[in-house]
Amino acid sequence: MAIAVVLFLLVVGTVVFHFASPWWFTDIAAHWSNIDFTINLTFWVTGFVFIAVNLFLAYSVYRYRQRKGSTHTAVYEPENARLESGLTILTTIGVVAMLAPGLFVWAQFVSVPDDAMEFEAFASQWQWSFRYPGADGVLGTADIQHISELNPWGVNPNDPNGQDDVVVKRPTMVLPLNQPVKALLRSRDVLHNYTVPQFRVKMDMVPGMVSYLWLTPTRTGSFEILCEQYCGLGHHIMRATVEVMEPADFQNWLNAQATFAQTQQRVAADTTVGQQQYAVCASCHGANGEGNRALNAPKLAGLQPWYIERQLRYYQEGVRGSNPEDSFGQMMAPMASMVNSESARRNVSAYISTLPAPASSVTLPVGDAARGMRIYEANCAACHGSDGKGSWATDAPSLAGMDDWYLANQLNNYRTGIRGDHDGDDYGYQMVSMVKAMRTQQQQDDVITYINSLR
Amino acid sequence: MAYVPLADQDDAHALHDPQSFVTKYIWSQDHKVIAIQYGGVAIFVGLIALGLSIIMRLQLGFPDTVSFIDPAFYYQAVTMHGMIMVIYLLTALFLGGFGNYLIPLMCGTRDMVFPFLNMLSFWFYLLSVLVLLASFFIPGGPTGAGWTLYAPQSISMGTPGYEGGILFMLISLAIFIVAFTMGGLNYVTTILQARTRGLTLMRLPLSIWGIFTATVLGLFAFPALLVSAIMLGFDLVLGTSFFMPAMMELGEQSSYDGGSPILFQHLFWFFGHPEVYIVALPAFGLVSDVISTHARKNIFGYRMMVWAIIAIGGLSFMVWAHHMYVSGMNPYFGFFFATTTLIIAVPTALKVYNWVLTLWQGNIRLNTPMLFAIGFIFTFVHGGLTGLFLGNVIIDIPLADTYFVVAHFHMVMGVSPVLVLFAALYHWYPKVTGRMFNETLGKVHFWCTFLGTYAIYLPMHYLGFLGMPRRYFEMGSTDFVPASAQALNANITLAAIFVAVAQILFFVNIFWSLRKGDKASGNPWGATTLEWQTPDTPPKHGSWGDELPSVYRWAYDYSVPGHKEDFIPQNEPGEEYEKTHHTSGGHA
Repeated sequence: MAIAVVLFLLVVGTVVFHFASPWWFTDIAAHWSNIDFTINLTFWVTGFVFIAVNLFLAYSVYRYRQRKGSTHTAVYEPENARLESGLTILTTIGVVAMLAPGLFVWAQFVSVPDDAMEFEAFASQWQWSFRYPGADGVLGTADIQHISELNPWGVNPNDPNGQDDVVVKRPTMVLPLNQPVKALLRSRDVLHNYTVPQFRVKMDMVPGMVSYLWLTPTRTGSFEILCEQYCGLGHHIMRATVEVMEPADFQNWLNAQATFAQTQQRVAADTTVGQQQYAVCASCHGANGEGNRALNAPKLAGLQPWYIERQLRYYQEGVRGSNPEDSFGQMMAPMASMVNSESARRNVSAYISTLPAPASSVTLPVGDAARGMRIYEANCAACHGSDGKGSWATDAPSLAGMDDWYLANQLNNYRTGIRGDHDGDDYGYQMVSMVKAMRTQQQQDDVITYINSLR
Repeated sequence: MAYVPLADQDDAHALHDPQSFVTKYIWSQDHKVIAIQYGGVAIFVGLIALGLSIIMRLQLGFPDTVSFIDPAFYYQAVTMHGMIMVIYLLTALFLGGFGNYLIPLMCGTRDMVFPFLNMLSFWFYLLSVLVLLASFFIPGGPTGAGWTLYAPQSISMGTPGYEGGILFMLISLAIFIVAFTMGGLNYVTTILQARTRGLTLMRLPLSIWGIFTATVLGLFAFPALLVSAIMLGFDLVLGTSFFMPAMMELGEQSSYDGGSPILFQHLFWFFGHPEVYIVALPAFGLVSDVISTHARKNIFGYRMMVWAIIAIGGLSFMVWAHHMYVSGMNPYFGFFFATTTLIIAVPTALKVYNWVLTLWQGNIRLNTPMLFAIGFIFTFVHGGLTGLFLGNVIIDIPLADTYFVVAHFHMVMGVSPVLVLFAALYHWYPKVTGRMFNETLGKVHFWCTFLGTYAIYLPMHYLGFLGMPRRYFEMGSTDFVPASAQALNANITLAAIFVAVAQILFFVNIFWSLRKGDKASGNPWGATTLEWQTPDTPPKHGSWGDELPSVYRWAYDYSVPGHKEDFIPQNEPGEEYEKTHHTSGGHA
């Protein structure tokens, strides 16, 4: 008896939950409303079946349950050919009613319009980069073997079509409104996936081949790009942003980006100029970039130049050092504005990277290096490397040789939202999540102690 | 030499009578002991997997509270939970456990045709479990590659356990497949060759049809997993490039070149989709028998049920790429696989109709096994219908890799088979132990499990509609997911913990009843099938005393008009009712 009532209530409750749920599809931002239509259609068909079958089930249980004192017996009916074939036909009709429109819309998905503008999304563990065809409208060929720190997209340097390609290293891309676009999807290492929930469509990115999807953005705004194919430890922190703009704004944005040829022809950094600029830095960070604990100035020697360069830019743009709780960062911010051009930042960063890194000293309570190693190897090494030297490929700075007090400060900053939360910080959000590998002070001490042992 | 059925050469087959405690309970060749060994180990690893799911749920529901759940461990828990549940619990318990126990008894034979092989099957299974569990204790821990073990990620740095854990996983899978093959050949051969006199194929209980078809599927499907495990192992250990393309690892060119990641997915799902039915078909069969017995009514549309099982089994080999709609494979495959996938809905729906129509005009005994069976129908309808979303290629595009998928497959091949497992464990408990379980405790267990799991998985679908991706350690700050989703996640976690704790009731019940339960008669449910007609309960070694039973009728003679009891055992002599009274249709 109770089960019949409960089944009835579950059916009612499910329907109520469905209509009351605030959790529903995001507002669509692409022309794929046909997909939403097939989903709604499927809801009506399956919803009808769900209600009908379960109410019939509930009624059957209620009506034919054994009761005390009742002499009711079951009916003997092995088969009923008419009923069975009737149900078969009805079910088949229901299935066709869902499948046919579905395949119709799928046919639209697989046929990309001729006027679609191409762009490339390139994924790696756990970063995004993007590429647009330049003035010639053709993307140059690309291959894994061409990839280097200078050419992270792997654009074929000998392909004339690639020279004018617009390349974006940051996890930000832009699309023009109401223009059909075809995404060409590539991966540098493992499987990834290009998903924008508001666009409805998604597709995996497979190393060794190019997959695609297409859409027409139908409203302006900023949307998140997520990786939705499990790609290892940083899967959940592999985000980027796509901004949909009016075509004119899109063109302006595109024109402001560097072409592949420009990125390859940058003037080499001048360490002599950099050394002169460094004189200002030396007053806090030390003549050899060895840092100064008393002034809360971290060691710079041993850091990669691209990392220093990016941090200088962040300080200057207010991405770092603008949080009122970040008192040390606020001290750095005005200093960074003294190297306020890209070339100045490059020069000084290049100079710093020539400084020999002194051994780090132990200033914090010593943790358990073995436990720290376990946490580090499991959660940190994938980006920062087993040797703690970091990598351009994961945008991860070197940790080996950094002072323990500085590491502790920064980990605390990530944990408390002082660092990494700023919209302009392309990579800091990843650390905001990954510091959760060290949720207790003890765990953090253990990891820092282990990092201290890396040389 | 003329063919003599095994049932007629009974004396020639002297049983290997166990001589000592060791041969009786440890190195046993008795299918009933092996079944309990299989079942015990499967339930034990299942509990580990349950614990891992609670770890996941704690992280998702209450992030920042549990200090030992770091991202790496989270992904390891996800992976091991999935693999253990699908392979080492569900496959092993349905086929190694119930298959072993029920096949010889329901077929009226004394044991499997290859008892020694059957014993080896269990010990290989145990070995595979030990290797799997050992990976928790090696440096780097178990693999965190996701249960699908997709290359290249599963064997490249950046995935937890990419050096050691994955190798243990692959070796364990290979051993499991050897174990399954030894058991599976046994099940198929026994069902085809050793049925007793009069037990034609169309008189078999649906449990046997489900187990038989699932085993055949396994024998065809597991080799695909075996070759993918071996080839992936080669890529890892020998540096071959079966599945590994040219790629970068932490800024360096890897030495791999020319392999195909998508080939791995095809091989994996060529196994993986039939695997769904390797779990589902035995569940379909067992639940049919539970429903028919306790509804005191013949299963409705028996022939249709048999053909539906066979049709589903056959079709299950033609739908695998519906797991790969967004994999980057040629999108034109979508037309084919969406069509085959939705076709499979028809025989599946017919089975559901027939279960409900079996209850219709029945005389339903609402005891614990029946409640679990009814609960199964409800959750299976729900999970089956959401499958129509994901099978329809264009609808899969927004929903793939979101929590909708997680909710769907848990409803359809997590909750539903597990409800059947409980129905079956309670249903056959009196036969296996000779004791009755505690009915009240059983019902409380049902209500907690049924309502609790629905509270977990119904709302989870809606996180999927929202677009929340699966396999995320945490959602992090994001624009499109409202803060209320976190509250929902917390509630799901509470429901999950509730369900997990409620399983204590089951263990209390079965262990308490083992000693204190009422003595069970040989056939407490008034069931027709042969296992309830053994001379001893629990059945002794050899099961049938001096003579094997003979079968005179199909497995579902319940409430036959004019018969004083509301059931007629299969081995009761006499003309079948069908033969003497022409009812609509007839069942052959």
